[in-house]
Amino acid sequence: MRNFAYQRAGNVTQAYTLHGNDNSADFIAGGTNLIDMVKLDIMRPERLVDVNLLPLTEIEELDDGRLKIGALVTNTDLAYDERVTTRYPVLSEALLAGASTQLRNVATTAGNVMQRTRCPYFRNPSRPCNKREPGSGCGALDGINRNHAVLGGSDKCIAVHPSDMCVGMQALGATITVEGPDGPREIPFEEYHLLPGDTPEREHDLRDGELITHVTLDAPIEGAKSHYLKLRDRMSFEFALASCAAVVALDGDTIREARIALGGIATKPWRSHEAEAALKGKPATEATFQQAAEAALAGAVPHRDAAFKIPLAKQAIVRALSTVTR
Amino acid sequence: MSDNIIGAAKPRIDGPLKLTGLAKYSSDNLLDDMVYAYGVFSSIASGEVTNIDLSVAQQSPGVIDIFHHDHFPQLFRTPSSMEQENKVDEERLPFEDNQVHYAGQFVALVVADSFENARAAAYKVKVDYKTSPVLANLAQAVKVNGTQLHQDSRNSRGDPEPAFQSAQHKIDFTYVTPVETHNPMEMHATVAAWSGDKLTMYDTTQGVVNARNVYAKVFGLSPDRVEVITPFLGSGFGSKLWPWPHAIAAAAAAREVGRPVQLVVPRQEMFTTTGHRPETSQRLRLATDDDGRLVSLRHESISTTSTIDQGNNPYVESCGKMTQGLYSCENLLVTHSTTGTNRGTPTSMRAPGAAPGLFALESAMDEMAIEAGLDPLEFRRRNYADSDESKGLPWSSNKLREAYDQAAEKFGWSKRNSEIGSMRDGNEIVGWGMATCNWEAIRRPCDARVSLRADGTAYASCATQDIGTGTYTIVAQAVSQVTGLPLEKIEVELGDSSYPSGPISGGSWATATALPAVAAAARKALEELKSYAVSERGAFVGAKADDLSIENGQLKSADGKTVAFAEVLKQRKLASADGEAHTGGAPTDQYAFRSFGAHFVEVRWDQGISNLRVSRVVSAIDVGRAVNTLTSRNQVEGAIVMGVGMALFEQTEYDHRNGRPVNNNYAEYLVPVHADQPEVDVILLDYPDYKFNEFGARGIGEIGITGLAAAVANAVYHATGKRIRELPITMDKLMDDVPQAQQA
Ligand SMILES: Cc1cc2nc3c(=O)[nH]c(=O)nc-3n(C[C@H](O)[C@H](O)[C@H](O)COP(=O)(O)OP(=O)(O)OC[C@H]3O[C@@H](n4cnc5c(N)ncnc54)[C@H](O)[C@@H]3O)c2cc1C
Ligand code: SF4
Repeated sequence: MRNFAYQRAGNVTQAYTLHGNDNSADFIAGGTNLIDMVKLDIMRPERLVDVNLLPLTEIEELDDGRLKIGALVTNTDLAYDERVTTRYPVLSEALLAGASTQLRNVATTAGNVMQRTRCPYFRNPSRPCNKREPGSGCGALDGINRNHAVLGGSDKCIAVHPSDMCVGMQALGATITVEGPDGPREIPFEEYHLLPGDTPEREHDLRDGELITHVTLDAPIEGAKSHYLKLRDRMSFEFALASCAAVVALDGDTIREARIALGGIATKPWRSHEAEAALKGKPATEATFQQAAEAALAGAVPHRDAAFKIPLAKQAIVRALSTVTR
Repeated sequence: MSDNIIGAAKPRIDGPLKLTGLAKYSSDNLLDDMVYAYGVFSSIASGEVTNIDLSVAQQSPGVIDIFHHDHFPQLFRTPSSMEQENKVDEERLPFEDNQVHYAGQFVALVVADSFENARAAAYKVKVDYKTSPVLANLAQAVKVNGTQLHQDSRNSRGDPEPAFQSAQHKIDFTYVTPVETHNPMEMHATVAAWSGDKLTMYDTTQGVVNARNVYAKVFGLSPDRVEVITPFLGSGFGSKLWPWPHAIAAAAAAREVGRPVQLVVPRQEMFTTTGHRPETSQRLRLATDDDGRLVSLRHESISTTSTIDQGNNPYVESCGKMTQGLYSCENLLVTHSTTGTNRGTPTSMRAPGAAPGLFALESAMDEMAIEAGLDPLEFRRRNYADSDESKGLPWSSNKLREAYDQAAEKFGWSKRNSEIGSMRDGNEIVGWGMATCNWEAIRRPCDARVSLRADGTAYASCATQDIGTGTYTIVAQAVSQVTGLPLEKIEVELGDSSYPSGPISGGSWATATALPAVAAAARKALEELKSYAVSERGAFVGAKADDLSIENGQLKSADGKTVAFAEVLKQRKLASADGEAHTGGAPTDQYAFRSFGAHFVEVRWDQGISNLRVSRVVSAIDVGRAVNTLTSRNQVEGAIVMGVGMALFEQTEYDHRNGRPVNNNYAEYLVPVHADQPEVDVILLDYPDYKFNEFGARGIGEIGITGLAAAVANAVYHATGKRIRELPITMDKLMDDVPQAQQA
């Protein structure tokens, strides 16, 4: 860890003003991800702007049925909020499948959206990594890559976006509100995280100097049930090897509406429109789920140690769908 | 005299200190004027340092000095000797030269006025390297350099090859175990302080006497100029048995800067520079006759060591040590070979040799049983060894068959349907497997001191350690047993090399070694007390010392008069009656001493989501007498959980291209969490082994992990039909439809 200056913002304007846009500052919320990376010497902020005093800790139901979540709402508070557990159970389950109680108690909504990859090459400053140091090469592509992506990768980077919460949000549909010197902006959740392509260092559509103020969930789909299934080596406290958020509304035995998002296998929280198309209007049977799973993984690339994630992700989809339609 | 304190369930007497944070661990010692050291660790695994640029780092706030191979005092290597008690596993001294043997090796050491400043400056040290070809793993090393064989006379008998050739049933398989890293909660840490030429080390060690002797050699001091202090240890699992470079570097730096130095090894580097269980490859060839009796047994293993030690005096993972005598077989061969890789020096990790060795042997026994058409438990019963055939000695005590019976009964083994995948429960297939556990019992020489004090308390001291296992408590139990004083009246001090010389906390021998010495010292103190009592002004003046007996902390005469120890002392105006004793090791020429046991394991495999878990373990363990059933049970349960980790999770990964560790952190190096704990049922057989020592205790720290991984693998086979011969058993090895990986 290198030394940094520490500033505390009292309101949103002050926060982005203090932050500035000269690449020298980072916001700090719960600190569970940021401090880790500063200690590992892979983020070297000169200044930290503490956002914990900002009035962004409320969860608010809007007139149109949407749910507006303040950037500083902790993962624990969000997971146990009654409006979430009853109307968006997939999100509650995703949150509770992540990290540990202690971490969730301080981790924030915006911090979770912004958390960075667990790629071990990224997390060690002496290893090559295009994301950390553009042009230095990718250590993982030909290295140990069991925890890496089979969807959404490029020949520059195959790092997984590790969030569980974001997979739930991706399935539910949401909007991210950001604010900076040019005023507030709204970004559809699906467009917020970026694919690595040729620029893995660009991870999201947030400009230097902008701050996330809210994440607003779409109104729930009428009559839908939802479920999050996370598969991993051990039973708890581990990032996903493959996970599936499923939101399904049935008309009798026919699938009226379905949303599928995947985690642990993709370079961003992965919405699978292919799987959704394979489900809509079809009978809710194992065969249909299998077809949806095949569709979701059709373009997957089996990297050295990660090939097993392709069948594993399919299993996650099939089991999540079976559970949610039971 | 209280009869039942040995074998009782007593909570740890040091529990309140730990619970309230008053127990001081090494890095809790904040000495006056102390400064902090932080390492710069090699980022390459093989090669040399060509340049160290300190220009930026030296300007960093708070920096006092930066050491490296061109700026470090000349020290002495210590010969590694168990007998002389100056054992090290990595003989190379830190900063000896510019050579790099493994990633994570210290290449520089920053000393600064705070931990944060030292770390910040360490990140600013710029090191240039010239890399050499790397030996990243066992396979690469064997291919390039072959192996070195380590001879042991007990390793062969009969003629295994012809017996194998002519046998009815045979198997020939190779089993592989990965590098595992000890991950004690407490990081390795040293606070080193010099006062003139006297060195004090608050050190994370499982052996204060050995550490003292090593530091004395390294710094060219007489041992009485060095004191090593470790009253509490956040465990070590073997990684803290012998000193590592960081402790020597901290002591040298402290002398150079003239101030106490604290050095804590960061978690990431505990995977590189403080030992690990090496990678092994073990070929097992077994053959039986028609009755399912072993006629040929060969266990040939290769383990990795560091290029630093290979060819010199390398650490050998003795995988076949239990195999030599566990089962009866006339024709046997056990070999141990090593090959040097660009990894740090390996070392003992809980049940060294036996943990990977019994994974291989007990997996092979399962395969052999199936090949011979026998139930795995019945097969083992048929091959029970009446004596230790490797030593030609009878067992002091061997209750293995009873362990089989009791555990099998409690587990419900007779209800097992041997057909693969035949036992189902909802989405899950249930698999049942079993394995034998085994560990050698050793007892070494020991000194101890006991004082009976005028305030009515007793005091015991010994330079052994409590590494979290309960040694304080059982030492107090031994004193209580001999004196009849209650535990609350007994003060125990351990973990200081200035106390009477005691054993390392390792090899499961601390209990068997220390307790006889403590008891003997307590008896000597009582003799002393009696002599005070019967002499002039004494409480029993005129009586014969031999006629006095001991009852509940009192002396008692033949006519029934009792006087408390404290009163006896007060009458003579004496502060204490003291006893010191030395006890020897266990005689090794009449009996073979081993502990035995059996694990029965249930796994559940949910094929639809490729989820494997260990759901139930029943183990029966024969360790002689369990001195304290709470702490003993705790050891076995902990070892079982660690065995689950070994079976399913643990694996230190190294990049095959350059030998650098990949998952050297506590998030990606997986150990079991609470949710992974199976239902555990431990049966402690209670057959005191009085041929071994007066308490009948053979020690219990390690046996519980042996065989566990094999029992899991055998259960997995029963559930899935897949025989996993390479640990850990991860889901990808069990899945049917994994596509061919793409070559990048
Ligand atoms: C051991 C461990 C295990 C974990 N396991 C899981 C898991 O299984 N699943 C999972 O999903 N997650 C897991 N996590 C990650 C955890 O969810 C994140 O660390 C956490 O959500 C980050 O939130 P925070 O508030 O602490 O963020 P911080 O660490 O404070 O910040 C993270 C990033 O977000 C930025 N940031 C913070 N607030 C804002 C804002 N308002 N606007 C813009 N940028 C902002 C910061 O600048 C920083 O770059 C794990 C973490 C650890 C340490
Ligand atoms: S996968 Fe991405 S993050 Fe990982 S090393 Fe490659 S470029 Fe870096």
